[in-house]
Amino acid sequence: MSTLDRRDFLKLTGLIGLSAALPLSLARAADKPLAVGFIYVGPRDDFGYNQAHAQAAAIIKSLPNVRVIEEENVPETVAVQKTMEAMIRQDGVGLIFPTSFGYFDPHVIRVAKRFPEVRFAHCGGLWQEGVHPGNAGSFFGYIDEGQYLNGVVAGYASKSKKLGFIAAKPVAQVLRNINAFTLGARSVAPDITTTVIFTGDWSLPVKEAEAANSLIDQGCDVLTCHVDGPKVIVETAEKRGVMSCGYHASQAALAPKGYLTGAEWNWETPYRAHVEAAQKGAPMNNFLRGGLKDGFVKTSSYGPLVSDEARARADAIKAQMIAGKLDIFIGPIKDNRGNVVIAAGTAHAQTDVVLEGMNYLVEGVRGQI
Amino acid sequence: MAELDLASFFLALLAGAIRVGTPFIFVSLGECLTEKSGRINLGLEGILITGAMSGYALACLTGSPWSGVFAAGCAGLLLGLLHGIVCSLPRVNDIAFGIALILFGTGLAFFLGKSFIQPQAPMLPAIMLGAWSDDERVRSALSINVLFFIGVALAVVLHWGLRSTRWGLMLRLVGEHAESAHALGYRPVLVRIGATATGGFLAGVGGAYLSLYYPGSWNEGLSSGQGLMAVALVIFARWQPLRCLWAALLFGAAGAIGPALQAVGISAGYYLFSAAPYILTLLVMFVTCRPNRTLNGAPGELSLTR
Repeated sequence: MSTLDRRDFLKLTGLIGLSAALPLSLARAADKPLAVGFIYVGPRDDFGYNQAHAQAAAIIKSLPNVRVIEEENVPETVAVQKTMEAMIRQDGVGLIFPTSFGYFDPHVIRVAKRFPEVRFAHCGGLWQEGVHPGNAGSFFGYIDEGQYLNGVVAGYASKSKKLGFIAAKPVAQVLRNINAFTLGARSVAPDITTTVIFTGDWSLPVKEAEAANSLIDQGCDVLTCHVDGPKVIVETAEKRGVMSCGYHASQAALAPKGYLTGAEWNWETPYRAHVEAAQKGAPMNNFLRGGLKDGFVKTSSYGPLVSDEARARADAIKAQMIAGKLDIFIGPIKDNRGNVVIAAGTAHAQTDVVLEGMNYLVEGVRGQI
Repeated sequence: MAELDLASFFLALLAGAIRVGTPFIFVSLGECLTEKSGRINLGLEGILITGAMSGYALACLTGSPWSGVFAAGCAGLLLGLLHGIVCSLPRVNDIAFGIALILFGTGLAFFLGKSFIQPQAPMLPAIMLGAWSDDERVRSALSINVLFFIGVALAVVLHWGLRSTRWGLMLRLVGEHAESAHALGYRPVLVRIGATATGGFLAGVGGAYLSLYYPGSWNEGLSSGQGLMAVALVIFARWQPLRCLWAALLFGAAGAIGPALQAVGISAGYYLFSAAPYILTLLVMFVTCRPNRTLNGAPGELSLTR
């Protein structure tokens, strides 16, 4: 090894690198199985966000001619760049699913620019034409439809007319969920309020338990959340004898008494679309969105405390959503400081990108961004 | 309305101090004991997580939460023993090995704990001290886990034991001046190994509290640095067990203040309140530390002060 000086080493690695880019190896790659990388921000079985992704990844694993590489507990720092680079260089992945919101800017963008032949399908980011590289893209589901239905069911179930929402960070997706939940509940009873507590990060079990207890002490009798692992919150609610609505995956098993319903992801749909496009060599779909209608999200089955009236109403709304006839954000909507944020006569369809930049809490939410 | 809110805010703060502070009590008492013998065990964070995992796992397997607590303590004891023995070898730095132990303990717990994230373990029971009240909030705030009382008793016993018993004297002497202890016929190395192992046991029990009572589930994000904060807490408490108890409660309350304030509707600047424990640490350091004098009450053999 002593004869290999730095110059020779560089030449050698350069050669290997170049050969990887030759059309010869590309042609051979066609019948090679597609290597797909999944990156999770937390553990794969957290009863929440990462579990929803991992369940869908398991389905992708069973597809023909696909090889799946997974890495969990990757923080939203430069660490994810290293993970992506390792997946590309060592495992030769052609398609990466970085599943956490904070991976996108700047990490995915930076790595995507360096590896133009690899596809990056990020979950949750806001990909923009011309601004972000073409081999990157974002997919997301309109889970606020599920949260709206949660709100409707919670609105019927709540006796104190006070709901509690435990949120991680005040980013647009979270605010949209809080707002949809509140609008859903207020469509049943206009005097309902939602108290929101921000814990500050996606997974802080002690803070989440503390937030749940504080909300219950304040008289909130239905809790829901937008954190990575709703397990602690749903369990705390059950222990204290209040109701809960789930998020990400079904937590019904954790709260057999108080679990009302829940908004769940169905990531299989966008995953399949991206994998198929990559296998066929079809152009990347840079901006993939869908809701209940498209099978991107689903709802948990109703718990025992959901009244017949609530079921009927929620089912009717769900049917309208699936038919594409119901928009959640229809003006006039005021924020909780009294400013009009959506003017009367304006209706934002779910697909409207304006909604993905949401930066307010609607009337009826007690809390501040 | 405003008065009611204030009352329930302080109630939430008190309840939070006890709920969030209990693991701090155990970990800081353990660290206090270890440091009194002249060693620093930074690895308590790793021990805490290992304890949380093994406690939850055993409670799952046997169906008894108390056997889980015992297992957590034993796992902590083993890791503490490891730290004690390795640091007794010549030229091993206890701080460096402590950092290694954080990584080792965390990695081991994540690896072995994979299959225990999903199942639900039986929880430790709480004592309902608030049964007299009609108010649900009071009842919930006063349902306090037995481990809290054990922790309080332990703090008192340690305080008395370190001061007034022969064992306590020996431990303090070893931590203060190892040569003198040696001259008196004690064996400092054995004392230190024993103290570190006992400290590990307590930290393990603290971990079991996290996974078996509050928040009461095992997952990989369970500890958010409680083990490391406990080390700072011991310095803040000036190596006195009773002060460790107060400090632990104070840090518990600081952790609970953010959610409690937002719940009563004070939501402006919640991120500042979330930072309260760290601001508190900084303030304490600022008030108590002066560049021209060493820390009061620090054991003389600590590599921190030597």
